[in-house]
Amino acid sequence: MAGAAALLLLADGRFPAGGHAHSQGAEAAVKAGRVHDAATLEEFCRGRLHTAGLTAAALAAAAAAGHDPLALDEAADARTPSPALRRTARKLGRQLMRAARATWPGPELDELAAARPQGVHQPVVLGLAARSAGLGPLEAAQAAAYDNVSGPATAAVRLLSLDPFHATAVLARLTPETDEVARRAGTAGSGAVEDLPAASAPLLEITAEQHATWPVRLFAS
Amino acid sequence: MHLDHSHTGHHPERHSASAALPDGSRRALRVGLGGPVGSGKTATVAALCRELRDRLSLAVVTNDIYTQEDAAFLLREAVLPPERIAAVETGACPHTAIRDDISANLEAIEDLETALLAKGAPLDVVLVESGGDNLTATFSKGLVDAQIFVIDVAGGDDIPRKGGPGVTTADLLVVNKTDLAPYVGSDLEGMARDAKQQRGELPVLFQSLRGEPGARPVAAWVREQFTAWTARAVATA
Ligand SMILES: Nc1nc2c(ncn2[C@@H]2O[C@H](COP(=O)(O)OP(=O)(O)OP(=O)(O)O)[C@@H](O)[C@H]2O)c(=O)[nH]1
Ligand SMILES: [Mg+2]
Repeated sequence: MAGAAALLLLADGRFPAGGHAHSQGAEAAVKAGRVHDAATLEEFCRGRLHTAGLTAAALAAAAAAGHDPLALDEAADARTPSPALRRTARKLGRQLMRAARATWPGPELDELAAARPQGVHQPVVLGLAARSAGLGPLEAAQAAAYDNVSGPATAAVRLLSLDPFHATAVLARLTPETDEVARRAGTAGSGAVEDLPAASAPLLEITAEQHATWPVRLFAS
Repeated sequence: MHLDHSHTGHHPERHSASAALPDGSRRALRVGLGGPVGSGKTATVAALCRELRDRLSLAVVTNDIYTQEDAAFLLREAVLPPERIAAVETGACPHTAIRDDISANLEAIEDLETALLAKGAPLDVVLVESGGDNLTATFSKGLVDAQIFVIDVAGGDDIPRKGGPGVTTADLLVVNKTDLAPYVGSDLEGMARDAKQQRGELPVLFQSLRGEPGARPVAAWVREQFTAWTARAVATA
């Protein structure tokens, strides 16, 4: 595959774009007792992958395909009812923009950064970063889909002192589904913006609002 | 090859600690304070603010492990107005946020810089406190221009001997709580000897915030850094 190394770099959990401080809903799910071991982590990640993950991956694919990122940012808002999640998505988008402009500089990233200095939704920036790295819609979708499961898995290791081998095995078991979600998202991303998937996970939205009010927490979201 | 500078001319590079603000003016000097849990980082930040706030335009960014307690303490103590204090959340890993992935801290600093510039009070110095961490946690050079490592006499007088990147390489080593030395049986001369051995010519200051002169020597060191920073910014302008 052309650009495989660039995709690995973009999807690497060590890519310095702020993701390490976010659990993508895992902290709230752990506190509620819904995630407490590798099996429940797998259910959580699977649920995320097919809902918020699919939607994010399609937005990333659409940005990589060259759709107007400002229109995609609005499309992302329409798919994100929770104000807390919107704030988080824009904050992470701004952090990713900084990392992307340092690693794969390009005029499209500069233009978007200048048009929206406070940031756009992270999946949109991810797609544009992929584009700037020479990657296509499918690869952008793969990076976004993987981010949606690897983030919670890493957080669960810290939150539950979960055996890291078990958490990584969860991600390995999810790879066929992650690929399948990315494939669907990649295809959708090449179509019209109005037709992008709008799968959502209401519980993630609700718990994100609650989590944002906790005085003591390990993760920012 | 300098990819960072090869595209567009209209935005100065701001990915990391570039020396200028978007309008081309000098940005604030960024000073990191790191060190083990409870060594007195927040107390030192508070004391520095009290010493320096009348002469310099200051702001503070805190990196707590799982609360906003350091920021809350500074607000409660009213060492600076609230618009000059920001808290970064670190996902249980303060060393990641100050070293491996500095993006959230850079955002916080730049937000403070921009907000205060808009109020006509451009910043001179930003103090960045790391949440208490281990002896290997140091700040990235992309985040701060100088770093202070704060240890205390009660955490074991063998810490300078053990070394580690914080003790060995920080621009200033502060050995805090010297007032407690008699009670915990710490050998201050031994600590000074070991620190000298580890650090060569790099400075070490012993400090107690429970008496005179408090944080004044550390404040004087920060002022020296600021003077050198201003001179450097002028030279490269
Ligand atoms: N006796 C004595 N106590 C001090 C001194 N400096 C700080 N303390 C106390 O030490 C305790 C910890 O101080 P902090 O400033 O919160 O320490 P910190 O390094 O910021 O701690 P974390 O952020 O939790 O890692 C507080 O109770 C301070 O009042 C000192 O010079 N002497
Ligand atoms: Mg502190």
